[in-house]
Amino acid sequence: MRPSQPESIPMFAACADPKAIEGFNWLSCYLTSGKHLDFYWSFVVVLGLLAITAPAALAFGFGGATAARSQFLPARCFGKVYIAMVRGIPDIIFFLFFVIALDQAIEWSKHQIVCPGWTEPVRRGLEFRVCPEAKVPLSSSSALWHQAYGFFLAVVTFAIVFGAFVANVLYGAMQAVPRAQLETGEAYGMSHAQVFRRILIPQMWVYALPGLSNLWMILIKATPLLFLLGVKDIVYYARELGGTKTQAFEYPHGDWRLYYFLGLLVFYLLMTRLSEIVLNRLSARLSQGQATAAGEAMRRAGA
Amino acid sequence: MKTLLLAATIALSAGTAMAQDTVRLGTEGAYPPFNFVNDAGEVAGFEREVGDELCKRAGLTCEWVTNEWDSIIPNLQSGNYDVIIAGMSITDEREEVIDFSQNYYPPAASAYVGATADADINTGVVSAQVSTIQAAYVAESGATLLEFATPEETIAAVKNGEAVAVFADKDYLRPFVDESAGALMFVGEDVSIGDGVGLGFRSSDTDLRAKFDEGITAMKADGSLNALIEKYFGAEGLKF
Repeated sequence: MRPSQPESIPMFAACADPKAIEGFNWLSCYLTSGKHLDFYWSFVVVLGLLAITAPAALAFGFGGATAARSQFLPARCFGKVYIAMVRGIPDIIFFLFFVIALDQAIEWSKHQIVCPGWTEPVRRGLEFRVCPEAKVPLSSSSALWHQAYGFFLAVVTFAIVFGAFVANVLYGAMQAVPRAQLETGEAYGMSHAQVFRRILIPQMWVYALPGLSNLWMILIKATPLLFLLGVKDIVYYARELGGTKTQAFEYPHGDWRLYYFLGLLVFYLLMTRLSEIVLNRLSARLSQGQATAAGEAMRRAGA
Repeated sequence: MKTLLLAATIALSAGTAMAQDTVRLGTEGAYPPFNFVNDAGEVAGFEREVGDELCKRAGLTCEWVTNEWDSIIPNLQSGNYDVIIAGMSITDEREEVIDFSQNYYPPAASAYVGATADADINTGVVSAQVSTIQAAYVAESGATLLEFATPEETIAAVKNGEAVAVFADKDYLRPFVDESAGALMFVGEDVSIGDGVGLGFRSSDTDLRAKFDEGITAMKADGSLNALIEKYFGAEGLKF
């Protein structure tokens, strides 16, 4: 999302003529070229996407799971259909089809509002044409807006896709809370909503965590799908930067894709290791005082 | 969800000015010297200069967009950009879905590049980029076609032995052969296919196409197009 560096200003004066320098200087100039800065920025974009998508997917999943076990028939149908449909469609098809549909739906709605007098058809064969004022973002807006819009579409799509999987995990976790616990709450005279809020939700997380941690790991690795949405992610840049560069480029080099992908390998391994540590702590914390084998083991160790 | 979308729509339209003369140019950014993303992270190459010059002559403000080759026509049709300027050869098959300007690069030679001089280009495995005229040509010949999404991968396939040769525009391949220190070489005869390289437009955008056509005619007439061809393709580049 960062606007590119102006072409004429390299970061260091020493990098003005890259073909005349070599060794360490060449490497330091190479690694600080505008395109490399875009590459480093794409790590921030990916991490930002994860930070926004994970809670959003959790919210979608919670909504889906609550709807799926609702006593109100239309809500139950909606929840079940959402879970079954999204889980059943391959991610890549969802990413190709849904995003185009979402984009066109947004533009079509805006078209209805801002161009009521437009007489030409919106669909003409394979073409999709709304009035110029209805384009989202407008074709005159800066590249930043276009990237922000792509990022927004990515977050919504990821949240819907992963939300369905989260919903299924949470649905299972809600069913796994021992019935006796809920009955005890009812015996104390709690309403349905109170039992749900005070007994079911606090206890379901320990059952949901293994499934949720799986989904988190898959989400981390699914970010290359971003490129399908026009967001340039780390894998795109690694492929692009690593490719053979002829003399047409300022820093010609051979096929270095292997090194770039090794760098990504390290990044992804670090991410998964870090996640494992955090998730293990979380799991220990949630097991405390629970009527599960892990909770029981903790109680004995403490006693 | 609904309010979320609405809020985003308002936010996106509020932050922008109303200048309707912006034309978005879509390119691949991976096909030097036609178009590539340079080390500063910007679109560069022959088509960058041609596109900027045409926009200047037509009095349009132009923005560059990169899009992967495979989906470059569908994204033009759904309105993500207004012009394709990506080394795209004019063919009858493509004319059925989009409209082309006149060519701004003459029908150029395509060539085979292999790792050995006796590479079997007639019956062996030949790599080409997906949805190109070269891929169609290889499929018609007796060779086995191996397709890749990016031009980079088609050459890598020859280097690592997956294919005996790559078939692509000669202008694209020449720098790779020159700089390979003998590891890659042209094989067989050059082949001339296609009607030259043109700009792609939506069929309904006749006014925009006319503006660019006019610019290309003017650039051909005053020799500035030939000067750019000379700059990017050297003495071997075909002139008008």
